[in-house]
Amino acid sequence: MGYHCIVLVKQVPDTANITGDAMKEDGTVNRAALPAIFNPEDIHALEAALEIKDRFGGTVTVITMGPPKAADVLRASLYRGADRAILLTDRRAAGSDTLATSYILSQAVATVENYDFVFCGRQAIDGDTAQVGPQCAEKLGIPQVTYLEKIIDVQGKKATLRRNIGGGWEDVETPLPVLVTVIESANTPRPVSAKRYMKNKYKRVPLEFAPDAPEAAEAEAQGDMLEQWGLDEIHADLQRCGFAGSPTKVFRIQSIVLKKEGFASVEPTEEGIRGLVHELIEDRTLG
Amino acid sequence: MTSENNQNGEVWVFAEQDNGKLQDVVLELCGRARELADKLGVKVGAVLPGSKVDHLAAALYSHGVDRVYLVDDPRLEFFTSLPYAEAVIRLIRKYAPQIVLYGATPLGRDMAPRIASATRSGLTADCTDLQISDVTDAKTKEVAKDLLLQIRPAFGGNIIATIINPAGWPQMATVREGVMPMKEADPSRSGELFREICDLEDALFGVKVISRCKEEKKVNLKAARIIVAGGGGVGSRENFRLLFDLAGALGGAVGASRAAVDGGYIDHDYQVGQTGTTVRPALYIACGISGAVQHRVGMQDSAKIIAINNDPNAPIFSVAHYGIVGDLNEVIPMMIKAVKERN
Ligand SMILES: Cc1cc2nc3c(=O)[nH]c(=O)nc-3n(C[C@H](O)[C@H](O)[C@H](O)COP(=O)(O)OP(=O)(O)OC[C@H]3O[C@@H](n4cnc5c(N)ncnc54)[C@H](O)[C@@H]3O)c2cc1C
Repeated sequence: MGYHCIVLVKQVPDTANITGDAMKEDGTVNRAALPAIFNPEDIHALEAALEIKDRFGGTVTVITMGPPKAADVLRASLYRGADRAILLTDRRAAGSDTLATSYILSQAVATVENYDFVFCGRQAIDGDTAQVGPQCAEKLGIPQVTYLEKIIDVQGKKATLRRNIGGGWEDVETPLPVLVTVIESANTPRPVSAKRYMKNKYKRVPLEFAPDAPEAAEAEAQGDMLEQWGLDEIHADLQRCGFAGSPTKVFRIQSIVLKKEGFASVEPTEEGIRGLVHELIEDRTLG
Repeated sequence: MTSENNQNGEVWVFAEQDNGKLQDVVLELCGRARELADKLGVKVGAVLPGSKVDHLAAALYSHGVDRVYLVDDPRLEFFTSLPYAEAVIRLIRKYAPQIVLYGATPLGRDMAPRIASATRSGLTADCTDLQISDVTDAKTKEVAKDLLLQIRPAFGGNIIATIINPAGWPQMATVREGVMPMKEADPSRSGELFREICDLEDALFGVKVISRCKEEKKVNLKAARIIVAGGGGVGSRENFRLLFDLAGALGGAVGASRAAVDGGYIDHDYQVGQTGTTVRPALYIACGISGAVQHRVGMQDSAKIIAINNDPNAPIFSVAHYGIVGDLNEVIPMMIKAVKERN
């Protein structure tokens, strides 16, 4: 039996690698030019679930929401040890803010059923909002434990967890099911297992095949088809999804005009820098 | 979505306290809440859950609060998400404030989304500015009166996005510590204390704090007169030594960009920017920092900025007063030497 863990993961543009090539003329980011990666903290969330499975027994289900390409993070999760992977994809989910996103994800979790833990990364690097985890917990009507540092123990329907409280920690005891958000210091994610890689590398979601491609039927026959759900499968109220379900609206996007006043170029030489230090002492910035 | 927008609603601040001490960010937010409320012609309220925390009301009044909604319950001594969130949710339902502001602290970021979910209201994270303005809908030409403009850098580029919640009130936002400068306290101001009985059910207290260890914050960037900040260009944890040396010579503190934090060169406590600390020192020296907008919003109000970067086109130069195009590994030692000569 053991514990059933659901992990919510996201594929994100690699914001750490925004280079000149990834910028458009108008100064916005060309997402297509950025590599898409497994959101870093979500890998730690997956590891926490796998740790529960290793230490206390159970299964791990991974859910992601995104375009068909996001199935990459599902495969990456299967390579590391997840047992089941589901892609949530639906055009009508486009434009969802965190509230609508958490509604959709919580409907998916509720559809999977019978879970003891829901793990997510604390936040995704493309927004840093850290909202979706707690919002899902509220929608599922379960407690939340944020910023997991360590899984201390799980016994029966209770878990003892250490959480980071910003300059310190705290140990809490929580009833199950619980939603837990995970930070990087919680664990060291295991590497991809070669065996699991071989076993799962051909797994695809239906939308990754061209319509009516014979390969699709083949994948189905081989057991290589991953689950793909839309909003209907999770019985979502469309009024709560996408733009309609998102109270926050972008009113205006402005590019910033940088002020260019009183700029002095300083030579990178001993001479130049001595002059600068002298100037800063004179105007009392230093000393 | 939620019921009618309450145009007469108050502007609220969540009064986060730890161990009977208010967080600085709360008092910073009170100052801005006061300005927003004056513009709207309404009162400022502060929601204060905790155990034996009545004494904090005075500080809230002196920073601009008119009404303190106190939820005093011995079970609220330590924060846990459900009862704290539930107390705020019930007060929101009872009084229908139009705006609720939270510090973007670990606690605020845990609790505010839970409240937003329950009240189905919009919540914008890490705002760098908040204003009140009428907004005309581009399509319908309908004017929404006095909306809260929630301003924050958008992902990538030199872009600032303004977010609004035309429906789904209260309009809620989180703000990092230091973003809003703290106004001077006016001890002569007073206010009204509302003792709220929330009847929080035992079931909300399922999560129990067993033990807790909290250290005083080691890093206090906000108080530093001089900050030497390093970015991705510093390249390693070992190399950050250079910055500590320069900061030592100048009697300043060390700061960092997110690239330096993500690279593991230094802890998150040192991060300057939208999702770190906002600073306004007399002198900010940016070493190997490109100057992405999320970083600039946290340091551009420094009185003097020196940028050291080997890329002459790095955006940091456009906010700097002094620019040094060069390798930080050469420039910083020269600077340390020049400062030591002077001392
Ligand atoms: C939601 C969100 C929130 C964010 N919040 C923050 C935040 O709070 N704070 C923050 O800082 N960032 C934040 N960022 C990240 C931000 O967009 C940038 O990615 C980050 O600031 C880049 O840091 P950097 O300039 O140090 O690194 P890089 O982009 O790696 O730049 C390194 C710079 O160093 C220069 N350099 C390299 N070697 C040398 C050398 N030897 N000598 C001199 N110069 C050298 C390079 O020319 C380059 O300009 C956020 C991003 C997002 C999406």
